[in-house]
Amino acid sequence: MASMRFSIYRYNPDTDAHPYMKDYEIDGLDGEMMLLEALKRIKARDETLSFRRSCGEGVCGSDAMNINGSNGLACITPLKTLKTPVEIRPLPGLPVIRDLVVDMSQFYKQYRAVKPYLVVKDPVPEVEFRQSPGEREALDGLYECILCACCSTSCPSFWWNPDRFLGPAALLQACRFLSDSRDQATEERLDDLEDAYKLFRCHTIMNCVQVCPKGLNPTAAIGRIKKKMTKQFI
Amino acid sequence: MNIERRRFDTLVIGAGGGGLRAALQLAQADAAVAVVSKVFPTRSHTVAAQGGMNAALANVVPDNWHWHMYDTVKGSDYLGDQDAIEYMCRAASRLVIELEHFGVPFSRLDNGRIYQRPFGGQSQNFGGDQAARTCAAADRTGHAILHALYQQNIRAKTHFFDEYFAIDLLKDDEGYIQGALVMSIESGEPLVIEAKTTLLATGGAGQLYRTNTNARINTGDGMAMALRAGIPLQDMEFVQFHPTGIAGKGMLITEGARGEGGYLVNKDGERFMERYAPHAKDLASRDVVSRAIATEVREGRGCGPHGDYVLLKLEHLGPEVIHKRLPGIHSMVKTFLHIDAVKEPIPVFPTCHYSMGGIPTNRFGQVVAPEMQGAEEPVPGLYAVGECACVSVHGANRLGGNSLLDIVVFGRAAGNHIIGFLKESRYHRALNKESVERALARLARWDRKGDGETVDALRDELQRTMEEYCGVFRTEEVLQEGVEKVLALERRLADATLRDHSRVFNTARIEALELENIMDVAIAAVVSAAARKESRGAHSRIDYPRRDDERWLKHTLFFKEGRQLDYKPVRMKPISVASFPPKERVY
Repeated sequence: MASMRFSIYRYNPDTDAHPYMKDYEIDGLDGEMMLLEALKRIKARDETLSFRRSCGEGVCGSDAMNINGSNGLACITPLKTLKTPVEIRPLPGLPVIRDLVVDMSQFYKQYRAVKPYLVVKDPVPEVEFRQSPGEREALDGLYECILCACCSTSCPSFWWNPDRFLGPAALLQACRFLSDSRDQATEERLDDLEDAYKLFRCHTIMNCVQVCPKGLNPTAAIGRIKKKMTKQFI
Repeated sequence: MNIERRRFDTLVIGAGGGGLRAALQLAQADAAVAVVSKVFPTRSHTVAAQGGMNAALANVVPDNWHWHMYDTVKGSDYLGDQDAIEYMCRAASRLVIELEHFGVPFSRLDNGRIYQRPFGGQSQNFGGDQAARTCAAADRTGHAILHALYQQNIRAKTHFFDEYFAIDLLKDDEGYIQGALVMSIESGEPLVIEAKTTLLATGGAGQLYRTNTNARINTGDGMAMALRAGIPLQDMEFVQFHPTGIAGKGMLITEGARGEGGYLVNKDGERFMERYAPHAKDLASRDVVSRAIATEVREGRGCGPHGDYVLLKLEHLGPEVIHKRLPGIHSMVKTFLHIDAVKEPIPVFPTCHYSMGGIPTNRFGQVVAPEMQGAEEPVPGLYAVGECACVSVHGANRLGGNSLLDIVVFGRAAGNHIIGFLKESRYHRALNKESVERALARLARWDRKGDGETVDALRDELQRTMEEYCGVFRTEEVLQEGVEKVLALERRLADATLRDHSRVFNTARIEALELENIMDVAIAAVVSAAARKESRGAHSRIDYPRRDDERWLKHTLFFKEGRQLDYKPVRMKPISVASFPPKERVY
């Protein structure tokens, strides 16, 4: 791979009246490199390009962006999988602060709205709560979420009703606590979600499953919540 | 001075495990606490911790805190302070259970108790059989703990300033720390946060080296802020190189991989750790394993076309263990190396991982510095915990599984001590305006225009210099050259300029401020290393290959002003048990 072309969404509210796409051609890349490495090299050349990044290995969830039309993490997207010119835009559906940096307030608000913490009402023992390996396995596929927002910002239901539909990421968290054998707020959690929008605006489009960089399945989690709800109200 | 001001009882800088555990303690005690973090809290580097957290729960094999204490003292190569180590090891079990109650999804044993795995440097009965002390949530323990702590803080209604960058501490003429000048990354606007107490929990400085296991945000910010406030850094020559970073890339492969039964081989297929640590083999302390790998490579027994790494074998563990206990590793090596860990070994090499040194504190988290009255006088209003601090529970070499423990134990301890301090201090002291002006000047310096060197190029050169001149093996000649080179870089940094002077989410400006921080820390590390003429723990001098307890059983203190060095004794006396006197360290 001699050189590679990138087309990147640029917008700086200090200086730009409108967003625009800017092209870059970068030499010396190899296909095994991740997209984040290419972005770092672009930034070394043009330090005005802003994007978030931290761990570089897909666990902190900072560098989510829209890559050739699909949401993903730059740090675990190999260059060789990308058609050129690589078109990079901020995550869709959230306000842009600058370049590839979006305002995630709405996303975090939805996360907080599902009370994403273990609720225990009984007095706690002086030792750990017992949880069988089977009960613990019920959390696999739920607790690993890194809050990157790839899923929610790829969800048409979230685009249309960001203030009322909780979105796949928050609902995955809701399911994580509903599935925890230690949690004692099942009833309240289900009551809170019993609403025409919060949960039921999921139309199983499954974009969330397609883009999740951790291979999680929010659609299945939403299905599990619906099942629990049916059980509770019957 | 027309800057917005906010007032809290306590300001916590950093939202990793240490900062969040302290904030939780404070919020639960109804203190007004503000947490400032340059990234959204769950993006802090605690999230990347893999293997687990040590506590002598004895869920798998017999264990007790006193054995854990012995292992930690021995692992520290006797440079750890034994009062702090006793405190930490005694508190460990209770705090793991507390985390479990907070919702951390620990892996489980068949009887429903927390799963524990063997880790390096662990023994039963003061140096006997291998212990299994590391409590794990698969190989994502840091993620599990950080998210649970953030979630509990949401519940406790802690006040967060997400994506605010701390510029400098504010200090009055009597030496009281009064909070910090911070900057909103989004707006670029500075903000004064006044606080009766300030806690630094800013994490490590892995970006000192080109190849490291750390996140890009680990730039020693709190350490450098302390230095600029006249506070020394302790034991900065002790930098841990993790034995198993992915060769050439740096991503971490948890010690848990060896804990689950993985082992290292050289190009002859030899299980070479048997020669270096006949008893503990691949589960010797990290400094021992890293030196062994570096020695194998230096002596021509490395693997690959350039002979520059060794192999970590996991295939014999079988798919079930790998998928259940090491799922994150399996997916990471697949992503970055296209290797299926179930079938192929992983190329590894020692990689910069952790700073044992940091801001000197006592076991209550109070920052201590030499004053007229003694070597360890508390700096009023200032606390530090976690990797940015040096209590010192890790001494010259940290044991795997002790850092998640460190942040939780001392995060909580500092929170408790601050609660006591707040009871005595009802009012904020009058803000020292000069101190604010000084911090603003640090920010204004980057408004300078021109075509000076770039931040990116200088950082790159600094990282290469540290790697070459302050690596696993060190000598006088190389270290002295390293000091000269780093100081030359510092002079060049003074003339560097930014191209981007905009306000909104200017990450180039953040990177410039971070480079200043990492530069201050690099100087502390290389100057401290050049001065210590012995080999102890992670500090290996080829020209002084032995540990020298007569002259060097003491902590280094580095001051920014005049680059002065001072020393203070190691606290050999534990709180309640007998001291572990230094003896030869074999594994």
